[in-house]
Amino acid sequence: MLSINQYIRAKSLDEAYELCQKKSTAVLGGMLWLKMQRRTVGTAVDLCDLGLDRIEETETAYRIGAMVPLRALETHEGLNALTRGAAADSVRHIVGVQFRNCATVGGSLYGRFGFSDVLTLFLALGATVELHRAGELALADFLALPRTTRDILVRVTVPKAPVKAVYLSQRNASTDFPVLTCALCAREGAYTCAVGARPMPAAAFGDEKGLLANGITEESARAFADDIASRCAFGGNRRAGADYRREICKVLVRRAALALEEG
Amino acid sequence: MEIKLTLNGKPLAASVRADTLLLDFVREHGCRSVKRGCETANCGLCTVLLDGTPVLSCSVLAARADGRAVQTLEGLQDEAADFVGFIADQGAEQCGFCNPGFVMNTIALLRENPDPTDDEIRAYLAGNLCRCSGYEGQLRGIRAYLDRKKEG
Amino acid sequence: MERNFKTVGKPVRKKDAMQLLLGKPAYTDDVTPRDALVVKVLRSPHAHALIEDIQTETAKKVPGIECVYTYADVPQKRFTMAGQTFPEPSPYDRLILDRRVRFVGDAVAVVAGETEQAVDRAMKLIKVRYRVLAPVLDMDTAKDNPVLVHPEDDWRALCPVGADNKRNLCASDACADGDVDAVLASCDEVVAHTYHTKACQQAMMETFRTYTEIDAYGRLHVVSSTQIVFHVRRILANALDIPKSKIHVEKPRIGGGFGAKQTVVAEVYPALVTWKTGKPAKMVYSREECQTAGSPRHEMKVSVRLGAMKDGTIRAIDVYTLSNTGAFGEHGPTTVGLSGHKSIPLYNTNLEAFRFSYDVVYTNLQAAGAYRGYGATQGIFAVESAVNELAARLGLDPVAVREKNMVREGQTMPAYYNEPANACALDRCMARAKEMIGWDEKYPCRDMGGGRVRAVGVAMAMQGSGISGVDVGSATIKLSDEGFFNLTIGAADMGTGCDTILAQMAAECLDCSVDEIAVFGADSDASPYDSGSYASSTTYVTGKAVEKACGELRDKLCEIGAGLLGCGADEVEYTGAGVRRLDGSAAVTRMELAAKSMCGNQVAAQTTASHTSPISPPPFMVGMCELEVDKETGSVELLDYVAVVDCGTPVNPGLARVQIEGGLAQGIGMALYEDVTYDQNGRIAESSLMEYKIPTRLDVGCLRVAFESSYEPTGPFGAKSIGEIVINTPAPAIAHAIYNATGVWHRTLPITPEKILFGEHEHEAHHLSRGGQQPPLRGE
Repeated sequence: MLSINQYIRAKSLDEAYELCQKKSTAVLGGMLWLKMQRRTVGTAVDLCDLGLDRIEETETAYRIGAMVPLRALETHEGLNALTRGAAADSVRHIVGVQFRNCATVGGSLYGRFGFSDVLTLFLALGATVELHRAGELALADFLALPRTTRDILVRVTVPKAPVKAVYLSQRNASTDFPVLTCALCAREGAYTCAVGARPMPAAAFGDEKGLLANGITEESARAFADDIASRCAFGGNRRAGADYRREICKVLVRRAALALEEG
Repeated sequence: MEIKLTLNGKPLAASVRADTLLLDFVREHGCRSVKRGCETANCGLCTVLLDGTPVLSCSVLAARADGRAVQTLEGLQDEAADFVGFIADQGAEQCGFCNPGFVMNTIALLRENPDPTDDEIRAYLAGNLCRCSGYEGQLRGIRAYLDRKKEG
Repeated sequence: MERNFKTVGKPVRKKDAMQLLLGKPAYTDDVTPRDALVVKVLRSPHAHALIEDIQTETAKKVPGIECVYTYADVPQKRFTMAGQTFPEPSPYDRLILDRRVRFVGDAVAVVAGETEQAVDRAMKLIKVRYRVLAPVLDMDTAKDNPVLVHPEDDWRALCPVGADNKRNLCASDACADGDVDAVLASCDEVVAHTYHTKACQQAMMETFRTYTEIDAYGRLHVVSSTQIVFHVRRILANALDIPKSKIHVEKPRIGGGFGAKQTVVAEVYPALVTWKTGKPAKMVYSREECQTAGSPRHEMKVSVRLGAMKDGTIRAIDVYTLSNTGAFGEHGPTTVGLSGHKSIPLYNTNLEAFRFSYDVVYTNLQAAGAYRGYGATQGIFAVESAVNELAARLGLDPVAVREKNMVREGQTMPAYYNEPANACALDRCMARAKEMIGWDEKYPCRDMGGGRVRAVGVAMAMQGSGISGVDVGSATIKLSDEGFFNLTIGAADMGTGCDTILAQMAAECLDCSVDEIAVFGADSDASPYDSGSYASSTTYVTGKAVEKACGELRDKLCEIGAGLLGCGADEVEYTGAGVRRLDGSAAVTRMELAAKSMCGNQVAAQTTASHTSPISPPPFMVGMCELEVDKETGSVELLDYVAVVDCGTPVNPGLARVQIEGGLAQGIGMALYEDVTYDQNGRIAESSLMEYKIPTRLDVGCLRVAFESSYEPTGPFGAKSIGEIVINTPAPAIAHAIYNATGVWHRTLPITPEKILFGEHEHEAHHLSRGGQQPPLRGE
């Protein structure tokens, strides 16, 4: 059972940052994961008063605050127009509407969970994250930071440069954790494919070999998918084994590529 | 710590622990329609409206609700009574333990989308588990209500 | 023998429907005081261990802690928690707290305190030194294993069920008719396989919960979410070693049961606290406790040998069931029986011989209990799958094979204790289901392109209606003020709607509206005796008691009415509106009868009747599904499920329909993803609803239900049962459809996408090679 000694609504990011330098402090996201833990939190810092629950549109990007609920990714028209619905596709299987109203983008990304659908999506979209102290960095670089990093994830930024995107996932039951996630994006002829729930956190791959350079066909899509699957590491957990994930990776990436072409 | 919020339209000031969950808080304050069905945010039984948005009260600190408006089924009896009779006509309430959460989320759905398709209903209510009914009767009830409303 | 009824057969609303839908307080935790002691149980981290030392002094000093109890504080008389008629077939193998702990989650200490925080703190401060013992985790090697789950000498079985604790046997038996080996030897084809079903979780939305207090008479008053108020009284008295007369049990609304609450899972702990301290106490199980220390389905491996001729004539069935009862024997000796007795009789017509034998073994895993279907679900998955495999091998339509062999009305069923099939519309169920799903057009499969294949599958099922010669149902009916009726029952409405269904029967008998019947139950002090709501008994057994009681009340009312009319009781009749002279010359209203009953009256306007049945007439059904397999991913999408049911007269077709839909959904979950696995230490991996996935409304596809009713002459208004049979067809029908789509038989549930993609055998090999998923250790 989670116990919390003190709850503080941060008045500024500086205050939140200072508080979270203590190991016993936890920054609250949607609390869905935190709540299940058997631990004692000294200070729970809530960012809810800092205006981070909005998706802002600039000329070049969508800036998504850390406290934006996953549900907003599903309903936001601009983001879904840009991603051709991939944003909605990436979250609609996550438990239920009420859960997605609680779960936050910041919490989902900061946890760097292996099962994270949104991490997979944002990675493929080439998103950057803004940390309060470390500043803006590519999401992939954020993933590489040590887990002991004590910083505040402020927002995630998705560039508005035209993109084609497809999001697919494999699940044993409709609202279960994914067995595999796959997001494929094409921006100015460059492909980025993120594969998550391997069950390790999502990793992104490009088409360095130019397998799709001459267009997406059944054959090129298959070759691309096989290439991605050969470069991914897979593991087993209760939901599926590594071999299954490898097979599914080939299928989802190929289907994503073909869907990208169709759409 | 002290919090102030409105519960079903009534202002309320109360003293809570930092880790008091909104679920326990509202039950302590007489809203026993709100149920706990799991510890993992999977069942939807504890659904309440927070500033009008359906959330899982098992995953919201009471402290987080400070300054906000919380509604439970106790405060939305008329809005619920509008359609739950159609579910009763199907016998789909069954044991009833999931009903308050399911009814609350249906209220949220109908406010957001007054004329949903069957697939939209299923998708919106996917986070409300029911072990008795097989869900079909609940859907038939909501559908019957919507059809009746259209007929005027 | 269709009859026209006024109230029976109508889809009236459940009496409690609006209260429940509007969220009114109705359940145990809603209607009992909030300031009771909070009771929690410290649970064993080991599958098998002896408590060498347990220190509770520090825990007791936590502010707000009332008491901490260990094995030293409880009565030393063994009992069973199984809610069954005395003498219970389940062995007396429990103490409230025992020095030996027998599964991960077994009770080690009971802690009670003023707040949950205090109790949680105290639990952390209890110091236990265990002597860890080798556990028995493998059901296949449990029998005659050198490690004994119950080595104690005071273990005892009250009934001759073939139990032997020195062999890890909870039950063992065999029965046969004809020479099954000889008949099998003369068959053209013999299908022989083993089918494995898991310890599926009931996952009712309301977890186990109980409130206890000492009442004004100094008795233990128990308010519990239970299906069995009378059995709870006996079991608590046994557990606490106090007289039965000291206990009063009532149930409020129940948030789902499915059989889970036919076991006294939570009651003993607060009862112990209240009896010892005199203070009110409450225990609310967490979901994790429900999943790890609850009462799930018995895991079974059912081996079938099915012998048939080339034309599909089924001549012999041999079933051996190995059932895993876990650490305690609740319902172990009885669930297993249904795996054969409710599967073999489906193929009664040409059956020359059958044999059914079984062993029920103890293991150091969560104890099983009574879960909807009660062994029939497991046996029917096996036998129905074997019949489908037979049809495939012979190149015959599996529907035709069934039509050739299925039990028919009027037959005697040797494999079902020689009971008669008085009422059986299984043939009509099959014809209707076939038409509804379009079997002839869709069997076996259609290639949809893109790696997607659509296929259909079929299964039949039966169950019982109560326990023959054992179950007792009773009803008290009383004429009250202004002429309404009180119906008091001991059966427990757990959401199924039995309060309403029994009121419909009373209204039918008394020729009044359902609204004029007020129902009350269940309360061990106030209700007439009823075994409880389980074994699909309430409609059939208690329903008949209602019918009897109402008949007797009509006579009483005639007697009172005759007095008012100044004539003999043989000169009047009951009309619903009241009592009138047979010649129509005079009448008194029900209101007048009620007024008389309360003024200068000496004829009780109340009767109680009990009923028991020497037979347990089976309901029958056919389930057919259509699903689409994505052969590239192994995913299954359920498109359509057709269920055609013969439950005799559906007393309330609306509620019967929802029973069917709900049972199908549970069966679908069991078939496709509800899994229970253990790590090498015997700890359950699926300890939450996050890991144990039950179907959501996105997973059940389209459920279509129809009735083909027979008329059961021994049932009330021709009714049989509905509650349990409905869970039995999805697993075999879905496994069949998956075979029709992929060519692979899946004989172990659940059938996950991974298993489908790799095929069962490849999967097994693959599974073993996976990290962290070692096969269970053998007991040493």
